[in-house]
Amino acid sequence: MEESARPGLRIREGDCAVLKRDEVFKAVAVMRRRKVIFEKQWFYLDNAIGHIYGTTFEVSSGGSLQPKKKMEETTTETKEAGTDNRNIVDDGKSQKLTHDDIKALKDQGIKGQEIVQQLIENSTTFRDKTEFAQDKYIKKKKKKYEAVITIVKPSTRILSTMYYAREPGKINHLRYDTLAQMLTLGNIRAGNKMIVMETCAGLILGAVMERMGGYGTIIQMYPGGGPVRAATSCFGFPESFFNSLYEFPLSKVNSLISGTFSSETLPSEPEDNVPVEEESNGSLDEKQTLVQETEEESSTEAVMESNETEEQEQETMDLTEDAKYKESKEKGNKENIREKQRKQQERRRKLVETAALLEEKNADGLIVASRFHPTPLLLSLLEFVAPSRPFVVYCQYKEPLLECYTKLRERGGVINLKLSETWLRNYQVLPDRSHPKLMMSGGGGYLLSGITVTIEKVQSDASSLEPQKTEEPTSKKRKLQELHC
Amino acid sequence: MSFVEYEDTIKDGDTAIVFLGHESMFPVKVQHGNKTQTKYGVIRHSTDLIGKRYGSKVICSKGGWVFILHPTPELWTMNLPHRTQILYSTDISLITMMLELKPGSIVCESGTGSGSLSHAIIRTVAPTGHLYTVEFHQQRAEKAKEEFKEHKVEHLVTVKNQDVCKNGFGVSNVADAVFLDIPSPWEAIGHAKSALKIEGGRICSFSPCIEQVQRTCLAMEEHGFTEINTLEILLRVYNVRTISLQIPDLGKATGDIEFDSSNQSNQGILYGNLQQGNAQFKSGVPLREMVGHTGYLTFATKSLF
Repeated sequence: MEESARPGLRIREGDCAVLKRDEVFKAVAVMRRRKVIFEKQWFYLDNAIGHIYGTTFEVSSGGSLQPKKKMEETTTETKEAGTDNRNIVDDGKSQKLTHDDIKALKDQGIKGQEIVQQLIENSTTFRDKTEFAQDKYIKKKKKKYEAVITIVKPSTRILSTMYYAREPGKINHLRYDTLAQMLTLGNIRAGNKMIVMETCAGLILGAVMERMGGYGTIIQMYPGGGPVRAATSCFGFPESFFNSLYEFPLSKVNSLISGTFSSETLPSEPEDNVPVEEESNGSLDEKQTLVQETEEESSTEAVMESNETEEQEQETMDLTEDAKYKESKEKGNKENIREKQRKQQERRRKLVETAALLEEKNADGLIVASRFHPTPLLLSLLEFVAPSRPFVVYCQYKEPLLECYTKLRERGGVINLKLSETWLRNYQVLPDRSHPKLMMSGGGGYLLSGITVTIEKVQSDASSLEPQKTEEPTSKKRKLQELHC
Repeated sequence: MSFVEYEDTIKDGDTAIVFLGHESMFPVKVQHGNKTQTKYGVIRHSTDLIGKRYGSKVICSKGGWVFILHPTPELWTMNLPHRTQILYSTDISLITMMLELKPGSIVCESGTGSGSLSHAIIRTVAPTGHLYTVEFHQQRAEKAKEEFKEHKVEHLVTVKNQDVCKNGFGVSNVADAVFLDIPSPWEAIGHAKSALKIEGGRICSFSPCIEQVQRTCLAMEEHGFTEINTLEILLRVYNVRTISLQIPDLGKATGDIEFDSSNQSNQGILYGNLQQGNAQFKSGVPLREMVGHTGYLTFATKSLF
């Protein structure tokens, strides 16, 4: 990469960036002449290109961005304030500017800062308000009339906060502090060989990739036709980070464990799916994949405004190839078929490679966070993890983790099992006005974590450290077996 | 072993964690010829540890057994010798993510204390990042240095013995992130700002008292930090138990007590022994007592403007 000493310092065309206004975030791809709508404002990002990340811009009426310098102190003149509100009456007439007046000001293209000033001057009660109330009034008006946005570099902090606020359903309501716990409990770091099974739009995968910094190996287990990486693409990782990212279909895990896995039964391109895939024949599967893709596209739109729709597998992140792929698909020419075959072979090759990586059974950790029941996932995927390595399972609900805990104890080979949850509280800190914020999140999910150890096959019962009651009804055992097989 | 790289087998000189069961563990320095006493008997390093695989079960002299674990910053945090009050993994997790630490990050920290957070930072910024940590207590600074060497991470960390409030971090315009855990962080905000890169970075201050937070926030604002945000994170741990509740005897007049057991078990609740008048189910029971407060975490951003 022909980057300067500090790569990614400046906003470049094609970058993945995040727009920020107060506490609201939105991920966008930086493109020229492309209208972006954010927080009821529209603008173009053209002017932002070349500026340093973290720059705050003012939106002017034509939709262009002007970098805003340090905030000048606006409210230092005539500090006049009341002490309490005993004489303030809500007659609805304190603001002398009418709705139409304000609209006229806006239409004239007057700066938001000046509108706020006018509102203050035309408020009859402003001077009687307490200093704190004045502060609050100004803040509220500023928020409404001063159109400023900051463009920041994507990170796990920002993207996980953004997803939790905007689309919690897409990430199974995983709150950002819970994600933080997972990364720490899982000892995620450069050089690891990690197994990740997630259905959180690729957010967790991205978080793991960020912490590994392109060093080591990640094997993503995926359900269905391919891994979803909509959120992963928001991180804007360099291509090199994807060199050691592998993926493996969940539906092949059991055959891999039992040793019946072979390249003959590999699922190829979703189009020509082998009948082993229970979802039946090719054409139907293709449709499903397409549906999945478009769904993905529309869902991504809210978060990631970009052409860069999630393609399956290797196509991810590769814009040009992506476009080529689509184009050729429409034409349906022979080149397309050859291209497809080439890709298919490439996929097969990488899949065999991935299977080999898993079969070494020496992964440095396992991260699970999905919409599926965690127990069968854990019982199978832990097979691929080396002893003395951490694993973490996320679930939105506590009950499945209770079962998972019990089953892991029965299985053995794990110690230091811990079921936990974190609570997060935000504070307002202002002189003489410090207190917890009014609202806090009610739930950010639960974690079950532990450490693997060697299993002694002969006396696996004795390997559980505390005597464990095993009073599972037979119906449950059957259910689990069904899921497991 | 190293704190920044997994290895399969235990070697002479490693720091390993002896796991006795149920949150009971301790660190041990593996040395040829050494012995370690546990309640299950003695462990002989030469024969019982060296050459064995991490995660193996080791039979002690009295026939009891323990597991030997590869060290991680999290296990170290649970087992390190306290020289000060330390930060635990729950807070550390949030700090690491909110400071946007990753491989290659340059971080300044003060005080080093017992090195609990330091190990976690080093783990995350390795192999290309660096930690500059400042501790004004000479003995603690030296002890930390020793530990970093023992844990084979000394190339990733610089320990300075000075007062951060007076002398700063000893570096300027290099850091991506600064962390403060000192009694008067507001006195170090200016130094923190100059330690951070010109184009900006993140800062976090940890304080137990709200008055400290108040002063820190004011100082941050004065120095032009933005996105000032104070958080508190609490860990709730649950014990997994099978609970049995007695079914009350309301008289047998109306026939059978109706429990749809199949339906209930789908929800993870197990009903058994109904004849004996008991209903059983699995529950995640909160601990009777939990850590209610460690400290407030105040985060902020330094930006170019």
